[in-house]
Amino acid sequence: MKTKTPAIPYVVWMAVFVVVPLLLIVVYAFTNYDGKFTLENFTNLDVFLQVCGNSLYLAAVATAICLLIAYPFAYFLAQTGPTTRKVAMLFIMLPMWMNFLLRTYAWMSILENHGFLNQLLALVGIPPLHIINTDAAVILGMVYNFLPFMILPIFSVIEKLDRRYIEAAQDLGAGKLQVFRRVIFPLSVPGVISGIMMVFIPSISTFAISKLLGGGMSFLLGDLIEMQFLGSAYNPHLGSAISLMMLLLVIIAMLIMNRFGDGEEGAVMM
Amino acid sequence: MKKFAILLLALLLALPLAGCQKGQTERSINVYNWGEYIDESIFDDFEAETGIHVNYNTFASNEMLYSAIKGGGNSYDVIIPSDYMVARMGEEGLLMELDYSKIPNAQNIDERYLHPAYDTEQKYSLPYMWGTTGIIYNTTMVDKAPTSWMDLFTTDLKGQVLIFDNPRDCIGLALKALGYSFNTTDKDEIAAATDLLIKQKEDGIVQAYVMDQIFDKMINNEAAMGTYYAGDYLTMVEENPDLAFVQPEEGSNLFVDAMCIPTCSKNYEDALAFINFMCRDDIVLRNCEETGYSCPSATALEEMDEEMSADPVAYPGADILDKAETFGGLPEETLTFYDHEWIRICLAKVKY
Repeated sequence: MKTKTPAIPYVVWMAVFVVVPLLLIVVYAFTNYDGKFTLENFTNLDVFLQVCGNSLYLAAVATAICLLIAYPFAYFLAQTGPTTRKVAMLFIMLPMWMNFLLRTYAWMSILENHGFLNQLLALVGIPPLHIINTDAAVILGMVYNFLPFMILPIFSVIEKLDRRYIEAAQDLGAGKLQVFRRVIFPLSVPGVISGIMMVFIPSISTFAISKLLGGGMSFLLGDLIEMQFLGSAYNPHLGSAISLMMLLLVIIAMLIMNRFGDGEEGAVMM
Repeated sequence: MKKFAILLLALLLALPLAGCQKGQTERSINVYNWGEYIDESIFDDFEAETGIHVNYNTFASNEMLYSAIKGGGNSYDVIIPSDYMVARMGEEGLLMELDYSKIPNAQNIDERYLHPAYDTEQKYSLPYMWGTTGIIYNTTMVDKAPTSWMDLFTTDLKGQVLIFDNPRDCIGLALKALGYSFNTTDKDEIAAATDLLIKQKEDGIVQAYVMDQIFDKMINNEAAMGTYYAGDYLTMVEENPDLAFVQPEEGSNLFVDAMCIPTCSKNYEDALAFINFMCRDDIVLRNCEETGYSCPSATALEEMDEEMSADPVAYPGADILDKAETFGGLPEETLTFYDHEWIRICLAKVKY
């Protein structure tokens, strides 16, 4: 029998910082200013649905782009030698040593109409791009900030893949494409799924990226929640109700994702 | 992210408590102010003279201050909310009445700033600093200098205008453009202002809704016009001399930030001593020099450097001040309506 004593600090941590706040959100969501039970916070859903559609769309596009970039990258990285891997990993992790807001602020300067990017384009005679304060800038911000969370899980699944499966497939006459399509990709699905979740969930709840890069021109769920606490009307009850709805949305998204992946062991790593 | 935010919140809540416990052994007060809005070396002088240590924390918006005080668990002794937030907190019983017998320096304050709409009896607050809002514009990028709030809506410049990123200031300027009061509670007027802002966004005039990001954008010639505070314009123009500032003819917003003692304070006497200290002429002058904002003290203004006190942006003449209006408190229902209308603006899309 293993002792459970070492687990106590984690249990206490979870209770204080996860369970209690979650319960508080539930209590706030179902009460009004007088502390009485009410369902009123959930009745004004048309705004929520409108904002929700926009958030889901942007988060989905960002996640898809991340996947398209990350999968080939992780795949080829897994084929390289240990030195290249180490260097590549360092470069993936390096930006994360800096503050997230600082990095996003830097993107603002890069994407501005007279920013670095357009100055560079002007040098080679390409007309300036208008990216800042559009949905494209918000998606770019999401992709840039959350891409490592897509690369890392996919990479670690492909890296640990048993080479003998690939050799067996090749022995049985499978071509390169067939090996990838029927062996490598199915085996890497758990990594893809955890990557999708780790990009999609922060993307759908972000508010700093839409503020800085979107210039307030696109309004996301995170902005709507922030507004209930720091807007003109202080309404933690409505804010909690919206948070709860978003939580529900994320749970539904996770359930749908889980239907695609059979081997779930790999999906919870990291 | 959420876990981190909660952890941060817990730490923030714990901070003032820690400060409070310390206060039982040696005298200390907890001061909660806007960021970059005081000369912090003043705290050392205050401690040297009175033996009271100052624990200093900052907030980024009135709403943040409100949720910190309303949420409870804090023990601040002096807070510095703006006009409309003073009104709201006073009404909700979150502020203590000031004992003026302990604030002799209060008599230095100019009559103009006393007994304002947000605190008619001057019960809860004493003005700290003030300023105006207006239009900052780039003289090389506009054909005609703007003179009114309406110019922000009728301009031919597409994607060149920056607007306040908060409901009160943003809808407020549109209310003024239409000739209404900042403090109207008439839903039709607020809705009309919102429609004006939505049309402006749909027509592609707005480049972005920003707060402090405006510094970088105006300094780097990213936008032709933007709405912000006079004190911050003075900082921007040092970096970009092409910028100019105008208080619009319909009337600017005269904002006043005032010192108050919240009911959660446990050091009332020491808090009064601090407020009195902050009204002393030499301290006021140092503070204005550091922050660039305008002081409400008549006696300090007389002693001020001519160059500063004659600056029409920092200390505009009576013609502008008489037209300017200060934000008052709004009823809960109107505030909720503001949020509702603000979401309408946020969800509007540019029509190409």
